Amino acid sequence: MDWPFLIDVAERLLTGVPLTLELAAISLCLGFILAVAVTAAASSGFKPLRWLAKLHVELFRGTPLLVQIFVIYYGLGQITLLRGSFLWPFLSQAYWCAILALSLNTSAYGAEIIRGAIAAVPDSEVEAARAVGMSGLLLRRRIIWPIALRYGLANYGSEAILMLKATSLASVITLSEVTGIATKLIASTYRSLEIFVVAGALYLALTFLIAMGLHWLERRLNPHMRA
Amino acid sequence: MALSHLDQTFPMSAGAEPAIATQGLIKRYGQLAVLKGIDFEAHEGEVISILGASGSGKSTFLRCLNLLELPSSGHLYAFGEEIRLRRRGDQLQIADRKQVDLLRTKVAMVFQNFCLWSHKTVRQNLMEAPIHVQRRDREEVGTEVEAALARVGLQDRAEYYPAQLSGGQQQRAAIARALVMKPRVLLFDEPTSALDPELVGEVLKVMRDLASEGRTMLIVTHEMAFARDVSNRILFLETGEIRAHGPAKTLFAGGVDARFDQFISHFTGRQ
Repeated sequence: MDWPFLIDVAERLLTGVPLTLELAAISLCLGFILAVAVTAAASSGFKPLRWLAKLHVELFRGTPLLVQIFVIYYGLGQITLLRGSFLWPFLSQAYWCAILALSLNTSAYGAEIIRGAIAAVPDSEVEAARAVGMSGLLLRRRIIWPIALRYGLANYGSEAILMLKATSLASVITLSEVTGIATKLIASTYRSLEIFVVAGALYLALTFLIAMGLHWLERRLNPHMRA
Repeated sequence: MALSHLDQTFPMSAGAEPAIATQGLIKRYGQLAVLKGIDFEAHEGEVISILGASGSGKSTFLRCLNLLELPSSGHLYAFGEEIRLRRRGDQLQIADRKQVDLLRTKVAMVFQNFCLWSHKTVRQNLMEAPIHVQRRDREEVGTEVEAALARVGLQDRAEYYPAQLSGGQQQRAAIARALVMKPRVLLFDEPTSALDPELVGEVLKVMRDLASEGRTMLIVTHEMAFARDVSNRILFLETGEIRAHGPAKTLFAGGVDARFDQFISHFTGRQ
């Protein structure tokens, strides 16, 4: 084992961790907001809106994230109208293209998780809330959402882990996050085994931290299941 | 049933306005008529047991009184005002959300399956509606929660979650949750049907105490001895209609209605 080399690699890859975390965190936040909007649209009384929500989910869940990244990064530049618009300063940068693709992608899965979690809230507990005079936003805020959060948390946690790993795809559009730095190191050293193993170990450590955080949060939110 | 509620004069007993009344209440599920025009009134201080076989419509009727079930037609009155419903297709809908939410704070319900909020402790379950729906003072509510827990014998279970309690304890907590809202009427929908036999007594005891202090209670139950001893009045439903109706003593003495006598003989015969 070439320990000095491995440590050197680890140190270089660590410099990509902030970008990896940043991509994942921003995309998850934006994706969550979008997912809530999509869920709301999916249960709206207005048919075209429901249809649009369904299309959104099917489209971004049914196509590979890599293809989505390529379409946004390489494809959108062909549209002249877009190149002249105020969006171009963002869409011309790989960073924002990656954020956009990741956000759209996770919003589709997130919407399904939220929908499932809300559907899992027991009718009896909702009925008990109606029976004490709750309705509308109060009913959602006090009863439905807190219970749904507990049902959806584990699934959303898996989605967060998937997203963290999915940020590695941003390396194909030039971003120097962990995987991007790894491929560059390999190009100059040709030692792909060691470098990718270290990169993998870094992702493992990060996802482990997320899993720990989730476990802690779940325990905190579900004292009634600890018995 | 063509009823014009505008010129309707209500039959009133003792000159008092009924706490809750229905007129021509009909509930249909598609072709199936579950309630076939119920005229009913309950006055303050009455304890009324609603009896009947499964499928007689007794739970549906009770659930129409706080509109957890929406009638297909008919009228519902509470504390002197008509609850506004509007027709949509072959069902009625709530016309005034606020009026119904307010009605539900005055007409509290105890469910067969307790229906406590699983993510909240017993205390949180009790605090929820007084604070967030009725917007009452937190400290005042806190004192009343303690009192309500004490009277159902759960003062040492305030910090427990529903899943950590027995069925009887959960149902007593649910009764306490209804009481802290200071409702004018209590509805009980088969409150002991989901309980193990040895836990039924503790819940019935709490209900007996409540009845003896003059509360207005409407109880759907299969506990015949309880209905006989505790209620002033019996409403006996059969296939969605009122088959017999009258003072508990009179009906249970027998000879008033043959179907009722037959119905209670199933229960008394079993004991």
